[in-house]
Parts: sequence; structure tokens; C-alpha cells
Amino acid sequence: MTVFGIKLPNMSSLLLWGLLWEFIGQIELTFFLPPLSAIFATLLEIGGTKAFITALKETAHAFSIGTLSAIVIGVPVGILMGKSRLIDQLLLPWVNLFLSAPLTALVPVLMVLFGFGIKAIIITTALFAIWIIVLNSRAGVMQINRSLVEMAHSFGASPFDAFTKIYFWAALPEILGGVRIGFIRAVKGVIIGQLLISIVGFGSLFELYASNFLMKHFWAVLIVLFALAFVIAEFLAYLERRVDYYASRR
Amino acid sequence: MLARHRANLLKLCSALIVFGAWEIAGRIPVSFAFPTFLESCAAFWALLIDGTMFVAYLETLKPLVIGVFISAVLGIGLGLWIGLSRAFDWLVSPIFVVMQTAPLAALIPLLVMAYGIGLTSKVFVVCIMAMPVIVLNTGGAVRNTPASLIEMGKAFLGSRRDVILKIILPSAFPIIFAGLRLGVSAGFIGAILAELKITPTGVGDIITYSRSIADYPSMYAAIASIIILAVLFLNVLERIENHLLRGSRKSLAAD
Amino acid sequence: MTNPSENAVTVRNVYKNYGEVEALRDLSLDFPRGQLTSLLGPSGCGKTTLLKIIAGLIPATSGEVLVNGEVVKAPGPDRAFVFQDFALMPWASVIRNVAFGLELRGVPKSEREAIAEKYIAEVGLTGFEHSFPHELSGGMRQRVGLARALSVDAQVLLMDEPFSAVDEQTRRKFQEDLLGLVQNENKTFIFVTHSIEEAVYVSDQIAILLPRPSRVMEIIRPQGFRDKDVDHIRRDPEYLDIVDRIWASLRSYVE
Repeated sequence: MTVFGIKLPNMSSLLLWGLLWEFIGQIELTFFLPPLSAIFATLLEIGGTKAFITALKETAHAFSIGTLSAIVIGVPVGILMGKSRLIDQLLLPWVNLFLSAPLTALVPVLMVLFGFGIKAIIITTALFAIWIIVLNSRAGVMQINRSLVEMAHSFGASPFDAFTKIYFWAALPEILGGVRIGFIRAVKGVIIGQLLISIVGFGSLFELYASNFLMKHFWAVLIVLFALAFVIAEFLAYLERRVDYYASRR
Repeated sequence: MLARHRANLLKLCSALIVFGAWEIAGRIPVSFAFPTFLESCAAFWALLIDGTMFVAYLETLKPLVIGVFISAVLGIGLGLWIGLSRAFDWLVSPIFVVMQTAPLAALIPLLVMAYGIGLTSKVFVVCIMAMPVIVLNTGGAVRNTPASLIEMGKAFLGSRRDVILKIILPSAFPIIFAGLRLGVSAGFIGAILAELKITPTGVGDIITYSRSIADYPSMYAAIASIIILAVLFLNVLERIENHLLRGSRKSLAAD
Repeated sequence: MTNPSENAVTVRNVYKNYGEVEALRDLSLDFPRGQLTSLLGPSGCGKTTLLKIIAGLIPATSGEVLVNGEVVKAPGPDRAFVFQDFALMPWASVIRNVAFGLELRGVPKSEREAIAEKYIAEVGLTGFEHSFPHELSGGMRQRVGLARALSVDAQVLLMDEPFSAVDEQTRRKFQEDLLGLVQNENKTFIFVTHSIEEAVYVSDQIAILLPRPSRVMEIIRPQGFRDKDVDHIRRDPEYLDIVDRIWASLRSYVE
């Protein structure tokens, strides 16, 4: 949008909403919305506390292991599905099922199977992320330009060369797209896991703040989480755009 | 025909492998909380014929249906406005972009504080989950209406209203519908989360209760039922989508 | 009957079936060394299939293809392929694309880039070594594809409608350049096209293929105008006669 010939940056309206929030907070319209400035002040205050750092560490730990295993398992499985019809037909129904299934319902099962701890949360995170990664890697391999494959073949490429020099790169935009959506889902998964298993990470903090009606603390943690999620998503979107030039033109 | 036969056979095979593995793992057993496939099936059947499940779903689907309905009406309206007005797009889109990437589940404790543990909170949970994807898909679809189509409408003297109703909306329809489908999918997550986190009612009650008395087959059966219901319903929506949109441009709905 | 020193490529009694469909039936054809032979015919006549069989990309159902007297079983260093859609790697620079055939053969980087450099200059792309395919026009992209095929120094160049995806002016320039290439490079060219004018303009020998079942209807060898200046070919009476004659015989096969 342009105002007086100046192009306003994309997300700049959030500043406006922040001001509105501050205003509503200042006139004390509702108990649930303290002024933004007070929230940031609280954030600085609790940012250094042990409880907060522990929660952040635990969450980051579960998130990174969860997403990493989703990528390490998901990408090769997806590529395999794209290349082998048999494996594809065996696995695709399940991938599609879990892709659209409300995986939240599985968290109670994970809780009783793996205990009320970090393990169940890691698995929840991986479960949220993996299916879209598999499906996108598969799609990436399946839509490879046939003549690129023939080209490599006509120059006598070995299967290994064809895989590392053609298949992987040609499927890269889709794989990255899958990883990006997978990460967004994983962020949701790690939080849902912590909410339902509310004795670790931010789950316990939420429980603590909510039961003591510490609104500023609650919002401070929320804002940190939302900002982190947004930064991760934007960073991956940036990576994806860097390879976009060859994804769009096929 | 032969290929189709083979595909179905393989589907059956893959189901047999997975259920067989489940049965074996349950018989070993890998965990005291891991019932066999057949035990879970029996529990499923029991819940189904004594009507427990039916009653539970009436309860579970209430916030889901209300929430998805509100999200659809509001979401498509907002999306349309976003797509048509640059200023509104600039003002409102970022909120939904942030909502879509953010782990909104974290808002649940706050909603409970504000609206209690009743239906209102649950409807809210469904709405915040379902709305962003509906709004953003509608907005994107409306904004990306092919310029030549709109110019055609203007060239044949269509009014603004005509252009919106007869060109922009039909052209955006495939992606709007796909957005709705994704919204329903997110709504299911919201509805279940609400029942597990806020108050156990409906299917959430069966899950929580059977877990507390260690009746694991019933717990697995209830979880399987909600997954099956969601997947079947979404599949039906997708079929309808494909049926309605034969030949129109393939939608690129973003999750 | 065939003298290996005269014919670089010989196709003998080749059949190709796709399930029930007969793509090629008992096709035999000789390709004289150092000359350009066109495979010309309406769509569906199997000319690209034949070219890919010669390349070793797809196997013949029966019959054999000899290149320099040796039976073709797979792609080999004696043949290089130029693709209709260029088949450039979008993630690689021009120089890496051109050197890719050598890279797969394990030629060291500095050496293969020196060779690539030379052919990039030969097709007139000096200065674009580090550009990426999406930054080039369609004509320039095909020059990259051509340079890649030339850089592996194969004796036989297989060209699958190489100019069909570029605009008419670029295409004419390409055709003139191709004539120069045939004269200077002492390679055997096999050129698939559906343009009668193009085939007559560039070829030493034109094989007209007919569809259903595919077979060679006629072989035409233009005599008079091949040594003339490129500017005069399109006005040469023999050129015009051949174009007319081919059209007369193909006309009835066009739906």
C-alpha cells in the first residue's frame, strides 16, 4: 500500500495494531489486555529468569529433535515414494490419512505410551511435521522434467550421479516448501504437546501464569512464541524464494 | 483397469501390514497401554452399538459446526474485502499471516480465563484455528483474479457489482473452497484440543475417562473414531471440490 | 549393403510397441557420415521415438541400431542429444550446464571449463558464462543446449525439434548457423522436425515418415542448392519444388 507516494512495508500495519493495543491497555478496557508496553517490561523482567530460560531450552530441544527427525526420515521416504510405484502405493494412503487427521487426538496415546515428558512432546512434534515433508518430497521427485532425466542418462550418468546431481536439486524447491510447512506445523505441535502434557516447557509456565492470573507474564510468553514462530517461517520462506526462480518455471 | 485393481490390492496389503503389526505389537505387548488391534476394534464396536459414541459426537460436533460456520461466513467476507481493497489488505492481512504461523493453541488458557469452560470458549478455539486459512486463501484468490477477465467484464459494461459477483467470485471459488476445506481440517484440531484441554466432553470425555480407568482399548477406539471421522469428512469435501471444479484451474491453496 | 565407413548410423528393421500400440514397424534407414539427415513427418509418426532409440534412451522392441558398426544398447559417448525443451538444469550456471556432460565423465573442473568456454564462444554466448538459464531468452537457452552437446565431442548429434520452442527470427538464424556447423564440424546430424521448409533448408537427406504404422515413405536428397549461399536457398527453384512435393504427399495425412 502507498500513502503520499511512500510505499508502506508489508507488515508495517502491525505497528498500528500495537498502538491500538497499547491504547486499549492504557484505558483499562479489559483485565485480559494489559498495555503492550507493560508486557514488554514484564518480558525483560522474566526473560532472564531461570524458569523462562528452562522452558525455552526444553521447547527448543523438543522442537529441534522433532523437526530434525521429521526431515531425516521424511525426505528420503518421500523421494523413495516418488521413484518407486510399489512403495508409493503402499505408503500413500497412510501419508494422506495422517496429513489431514487431527493429530492432536493422538497426543493422549503418546502420553500413555511414552510418559508425561519430553519424549512424548518430541514425537508429537515430529508427527505434526513429517507428513507434509514426505508428500512434498514425493511431489518434487514426481514432477521432475523428464527430459532432464533423459539428458543425464544420455550423457551416461550413474544412478548415484543422477540422484545427487539431478533428482535432489530438481526436487529441492518442493522439499524446502514441505520443510517450511512442516516447521510451521511442528511449532504448533510442540505447543499443543506442551499444553496437553502441561508439566514441561512453556506448558508449565502457561499453567502457572494462568492459574495466578498473571496476564502480563502470559502475554509476554505468548509474544515470544508468536515472534519465534514467525521468524522461523519467514526465514524458511526466504530460503525457498532463493530457489524459487527455477521452481516457478517448469 | 488392471492398474486400478493392483492399486486397490496394494492398499489392502498395506492396511493388512499395518493392522497386523499393530496386532502383533499389542500381543507382545510392547506396553501395558498398547491394546491389540482386535481388542480396539471390539471396543469400537461396543461404543458404537450402545450409543455412547453417537451421543458423544453430538456434543463434540456442536462447537465444531458453530465454529466452522462462523469462520466461513466471517472469513470469506474478510477475505473478499482484503482481496478487493489494497488498504484493507495492508491493514488486516498481517494479523492473519501471524495467526497462521503462530501456535494459537497457546491462547487456550487465556480464552478459558475470559470465557469460562463452556461452549463459547470451545467455539472460539475452533474459530481461531479455522479462520486464518480461510481468510488468506479467499483474499489471495480474489486478488489474483486474472486481470484480463476483469477487463473483459468492464469492456462489456459490467457494473462493479456484476464484476464481483459474476467474475471475481466464480473465478476465486476453487481456492476459496479449498481454503474452507483446510479450515475445517484446522477446526477439527481445535475442537479436539478444546475437549482435551478445556473440559472433557463428547469424544474428549471418552478418551480422558477411559484413560483414567486404564480402559485402553476404548481410548484407542475413541481416538481412531475421531481420526476416521475427520479424514472421511475431509475426503468427501475434496470429492465435492473435484466434482464441482472439473476443468477449472487447479487450486493452489496454501496451508 | 551398408558400408560402415559411409554411414555413421544404421537403423535395421526396428520395431517399437507400447503395449498394444505399434509406434514403429520394420523401420530401416541409413544416416550418411558427415551429413545432416532430417526425420520429417506429421505428429504421431514416431520420429522422436526413433531418435530416442538411436540415442539409447529407450529400447527397441526388436531390430537393431548400429553406430559406427556397433550395436546400440545404451547411451554412449559417440552420441549427444539436443532436447526440444533444452533440458537445462535451472540451478546451474551456463558454464556448468555446458560442461555437465564432461562433468559426468569425470573430466577435471579446470579442463572441462576450458572446453565449455570454447563452445560457449562458438555458439556466441561469450559473457554469459555465469548467467543462469532463467536469465536467458529461449534462443540463448537452446544455444546452451547446443554447446553442451558439442562440448562432449560426439560424432553423432541427435536433435529433437531443437528450434521449435524459439521464435521465428531466432529460428532462421539457428538454421543458418546449423548449416555452418554441418560444414565445419564433420559430424553426423540427425534432426527431427515437423517443419517442411526447415527440413528442406538444412538437410542433405530428408526421410519422410508416415504414421500408423510408422514407416519411411520416401527419402529425398536435395542436390542443386546445398553449395549455394544461404541467402539464395529459399529462392532456389529446386528448394521450392521439394517443399511443394513434400506438402503434396503429406497433405492427406493431416487431420
